[in-house]
Amino acid sequence: MAINWFKYSAPTNFYSLAGKLIPWFAAAALLLFAAGMYVGFVVAPTDAVQGEAYRIMFIHVPASILSMFVYLIMAGYAALGLIFKTRLSAMMASALAPTGALFAFISLWTGALWGKPMWGAWWVWDARLTSELILLFLYLGFIALHASIDDPRRADRAAALLAIVGSVNVPIIYFSVKWWNTLHQGSTIKFSGTSMHVAMQQALLLMLLACWCYAIAVALARVRSIILEREGATQWVGELSEVRS
Amino acid sequence: MKKLSLIALLLLVIRRDLLLAMRRRADVLTTLIFFVMVVSLFPLGVGPELDMLRKMAPGVVWVAALLASMLSLARLFAADYADGTLEQMMLAPQSLSVLVLGKMVAHWMVSGLPLVLMAPVLGLQFDMAPQALGILMFGLLLGTPVLSMLGAVGAALTLGLRGGGVLVSLLVLPLCIPVLIFGTGAVEAVNSGLSPNANLALMGAIVTMALVFTPWVTAQALRISME
Repeated sequence: MAINWFKYSAPTNFYSLAGKLIPWFAAAALLLFAAGMYVGFVVAPTDAVQGEAYRIMFIHVPASILSMFVYLIMAGYAALGLIFKTRLSAMMASALAPTGALFAFISLWTGALWGKPMWGAWWVWDARLTSELILLFLYLGFIALHASIDDPRRADRAAALLAIVGSVNVPIIYFSVKWWNTLHQGSTIKFSGTSMHVAMQQALLLMLLACWCYAIAVALARVRSIILEREGATQWVGELSEVRS
Repeated sequence: MKKLSLIALLLLVIRRDLLLAMRRRADVLTTLIFFVMVVSLFPLGVGPELDMLRKMAPGVVWVAALLASMLSLARLFAADYADGTLEQMMLAPQSLSVLVLGKMVAHWMVSGLPLVLMAPVLGLQFDMAPQALGILMFGLLLGTPVLSMLGAVGAALTLGLRGGGVLVSLLVLPLCIPVLIFGTGAVEAVNSGLSPNANLALMGAIVTMALVFTPWVTAQALRISME
């Protein structure tokens, strides 16, 4: 039997698939989040150096990782949409952007909350902080460009090109900021290379998985809305039970 | 229709754009005056202590150059877009990338080069050392073309949009950060007695990369915006 690899690249089919997947990912996100919080707050011991404040990292680290991965995935979808002219890829890219921006923002915000007790300052011009901030700017540029073009097809393709240019630039920006930082001042504080407690690792992993599931669930929910919005005039949308009622 | 050689095409576009710019000299001067004004505002804002000004000078000049080049980006394609010339250029059986490269070069000669030439005068206002001034100028000479090239990508993407000017800055400024860092880094290295070669070499690498990729990307962006 021939497998149709491209079955779910059609918005019609993907819409129902996404509808079925969302509850699973949402439930998984909730469960993992609860488990991660439990391990992070109750099981994991107090850190010898940083006290209780280190627990911020259980949300900070996953948010930072996700903010970078989501940008890459977004640029990947954007490239797919630009090369193969598949409508769904472009929709996925624009569905992912707000989630990525949110994670970048959470990462900066929790970083500031952690920095105040640790470094004694809300903000230091550390290489990682600075490149995270620039990443947030890149997300905002993508969203702003997409929002300011009325024709959705042109908006998709223009934003896709911007995302690709941005992803080429991300490593250059990262290293330039890193070298700039070492030129001006040494890194203020680093995680010491010592091994983490097992419970801390587990909590971190659980929270990371929770964030992944959350990101997938939210992106799928958003892409469903985008599909409905774009395909509103088609017959299959009119025949959906949730649209008719 | 005779197909031009790429060099001939490049020279043709540069000559045409320069001629157009010279017919509207006020536009060129506005950018330069803006640059001088922004730089001159800084001492008024932070105080006249020469020690501090000397330290700030490269950063101030670079940031002002960045802003000034953003300001002039709107003119890169807008006039040609408005009167239909751009459409004819895209229909022409010539390489659009080379055509775009010509426009970038012309734009740099009109808006980037004056900034490079003006920078030493502004540097003197900040009491910069002669050696540092030379490196600042050389860094600007290498870096301002990158600003024009990256800016062209943004200008092409936002062609004909409402509020295009502000949007271009939002898109392009984050991408220009490496240029800013290496440009000011070179001057700072000289000031602290180190060799600026590493920073300048990296800047050269960025120029080369931009030269290879941005004309093509801009051409793609124009195709997206014009269809």
